[in-house]
Amino acid sequence: MSKKTIALSAAYIAGSVAAALSSGALATAAQAQEKVKCYGVALAGQNDCAAGPGTTCAGTSTLDYQGNAWKLVDAGTCETMELPGGRTGSLEPLDRDLPA
Amino acid sequence: MAELVPSIAGRLAYAAAFTPGLLDPQRAEPTLVSGPNGKAVKKRYAVYRNNVTVSLVNALAETFPATRRIVGEDFFRAMALVHVRQSPPTSPLLFEYGRGFAEFIEGFAPARALPHLADVARIERAWLDAYHAADAAPLAPQALAAVPPEALGAAVFTAHPAARIVRSRFAAVSIFSASRQGRPEPPREAQGPEDALITRPHLEVFVRRLPPGGATFLQDLMAGRPLGEAAQAALDAAEAFDLAGNLAGMLEAGVFTAVNTSEE
Repeated sequence: MSKKTIALSAAYIAGSVAAALSSGALATAAQAQEKVKCYGVALAGQNDCAAGPGTTCAGTSTLDYQGNAWKLVDAGTCETMELPGGRTGSLEPLDRDLPA
Repeated sequence: MAELVPSIAGRLAYAAAFTPGLLDPQRAEPTLVSGPNGKAVKKRYAVYRNNVTVSLVNALAETFPATRRIVGEDFFRAMALVHVRQSPPTSPLLFEYGRGFAEFIEGFAPARALPHLADVARIERAWLDAYHAADAAPLAPQALAAVPPEALGAAVFTAHPAARIVRSRFAAVSIFSASRQGRPEPPREAQGPEDALITRPHLEVFVRRLPPGGATFLQDLMAGRPLGEAAQAALDAAEAFDLAGNLAGMLEAGVFTAVNTSEE
């Protein structure tokens, strides 16, 4: 341990860590931020892509609700989304609505 | 057959002769290009020129959407065109392009009235780097809780591959956020300085404004300095530095992947 480390008391640091860990905001914020890839729900041209902007993947789906294109959505909402024609979203790629 | 399938060396030589004029409109068309019956070489080569130039300007427009919204489409494209011609990409991967764009904006005279613009571009470039960084599970609060209290001061952290910090003398974070969320006017009360923390704990990139001392604290931790030293440096940088709040913030944002307490 270097000299500088002692300037801030160990008790102060330990107390701050304890306070940070017990803050209620932590757990709820982590949950609220969770997103999942949801296949088959994006409108044509509105899909997300892990390759991101500056590449040719995001926004390249050509059909509404294309089965192999995904969009980031809040966790827990993907498979319960109601889409036209009795479709639902999926956490895995789908065989439906694929471009010819 | 030999003349139909040129050697690699032959193809490279052709490319070397063909490409220099693509980003330089002053340069004459390469002599090895010919039109049918000797016609319209200039016009035909211009198609390639246009495709290359426009695709690179488009790549910058996609990478820097907030910057683009702030200055408007016409201004942005004109500015990007100057940059594309001065600094063509060195990698064939378009998402790597634009690392020098912020520095370029800083020296671009027509943009001088918007001194915060370069920092907004820096945040956007960091956003894309975070987007493409390796996946890694963020540090679990339990891992920090497991460190014995007396070992916390000497604990060092492993930075998450996506974590980035951009410091700005201006209100670059507020302006960036307003622009990305499609709010037309940046908030007037935002004066700066502001420090941005960019992270991607899971699939989504987050940009946060750091509290006072937060940038010093996290930059030191990311550089491998122990927690006690980083906290001290942050307090020295900003009296208002709140250690507990910053620790909660860094756990929530996913700035680190591991905490290490190597006994010495």
